[in-house]
Amino acid sequence: MDLWTVVRALFIILVVVAAFAPVITWVERKQSAVMQDRIGANRADIGGITVLGLLHPLADVLKLITKEDFVPAGANRFLHALAPIIAAIPAIIGFAVIPYGATYQFPGHEPFTLVGADLDWGLLYIFAIGSLATYGSVLAGWASNSNWGMLGSLRASAQMISYEVTMGLSVVGVFMVYQTLELTDMAVAQDSTFHLFGFLETFGLVKTLPGWLSFAQLPFWGVFVQPLAFVMFLTCIMAENKRPPFDAPEGESEIVAGYFMEYSGMRFGLFYMSEFIEIVVIAGLLTALFFGGWSIPYLSKDELIAGMTPVMGVGLATALTMVAHVATFLLKVVIMIWLQMQIRWTLPRFRYDQIMDLCWKIILPLSLVNIFVTGAVILLVKGAP
Amino acid sequence: MLAEYSGLLVILALAFFIAGLLRVAHRFLGGTQREFAEKQEPFECGEKQIVSPKQRYAVKFYLVAILFVVFDVEAVFFYAWGALFQELGWFGFVSMAIFTIPLAVGLVYEWQKGALEW
Repeated sequence: MDLWTVVRALFIILVVVAAFAPVITWVERKQSAVMQDRIGANRADIGGITVLGLLHPLADVLKLITKEDFVPAGANRFLHALAPIIAAIPAIIGFAVIPYGATYQFPGHEPFTLVGADLDWGLLYIFAIGSLATYGSVLAGWASNSNWGMLGSLRASAQMISYEVTMGLSVVGVFMVYQTLELTDMAVAQDSTFHLFGFLETFGLVKTLPGWLSFAQLPFWGVFVQPLAFVMFLTCIMAENKRPPFDAPEGESEIVAGYFMEYSGMRFGLFYMSEFIEIVVIAGLLTALFFGGWSIPYLSKDELIAGMTPVMGVGLATALTMVAHVATFLLKVVIMIWLQMQIRWTLPRFRYDQIMDLCWKIILPLSLVNIFVTGAVILLVKGAP
Repeated sequence: MLAEYSGLLVILALAFFIAGLLRVAHRFLGGTQREFAEKQEPFECGEKQIVSPKQRYAVKFYLVAILFVVFDVEAVFFYAWGALFQELGWFGFVSMAIFTIPLAVGLVYEWQKGALEW
């Protein structure tokens, strides 16, 4: 284990946990305020300076930490304390396999990849970690000796295991296109372009494509080659995170707060934190799978480095490319977070039977169809080996 | 070969550290603990708890859980197959179609039987 491994891991923790997650709690409040025609959080201040309400996340943490560490009577003390930690840790470590930059080779140094851990089974890791998070919510409701909590955890377990199946099946089309389970390889594969009507040439229907069709030269991103998979995966992964419109396990108006209703102070805070960290992880995952990860559209990594090298030399060109890629990745993550916020504050909560129907009766058959249609199209266009 | 897991270990350790730190800080910085009967009882909107959640209860989504096992195992086959798809060609395509038919039939059967009705 060398120093750079630790640095890369620290970058993830600092960006995801220490920078993004607290700011998102503020964005969430401001977004809801904008959509409900209010001003939103703006009161917390240090010596009269409010910074647009950006001090609220800090105030939240301080308040939650200084609340009484409370366990209700009849609760299983050990599991009651363990559940929030089980919920928080999978959320934090989920980002480990998501690449935030390409592989870079500085002259005279070993090449390195900007990712926490470059596992060749990266996506399976994400799914495995995602299913661990189920235990947190189920144990929380069960351990707190409360009927509302019990109902919440029953709902959470049924919803989360159902959407786990479709979450996995809906992205199989993406594996088939990029031929890998490794998220770093997937980002490299997406760092190119394809022509939407290229199949016309392949089948010999036209000799050469007319020039006015050049607008259809698109980045080879998952969202363009697998649009249905993107919509289904977004739905499933938002349902896994149990945020509105899929917040039946919490259901404030029916079962009070569901599985974490007997939680207060930082015990509740960990659930709250893990929810917001998961938003960042989801945004990173969507970026890596469907939006090309770190890649800049129409400007591949090799072109970028080759273009800058005559001016400033290989070392500086590589360094600048690296900075540009990380900035592109973070920008895409911010856009994906915004998309989730927008969905969360636009749609009303679904009824529980609608949630289950959506999973088993719509997304599951559709994802199976998507897999075989994708397979047939790939074999017809690329030709069987 | 295990080198790529070292980054994972660092992140795992940091995750445990963060979660642990917040819990420990809460333990020591948290307000005074006062216990009295009304506060300790589980929240039931002001009512006394009528039924205890600690008894046996019917898990209504038992069939959903069974379906989950079937389809999750199938999904694992799909991952490996999907990652190798372009090498397998039409042979892989047809094999997977044959593999999927019994599962699709099973899903339709459950659907017809009403196992997916909530």
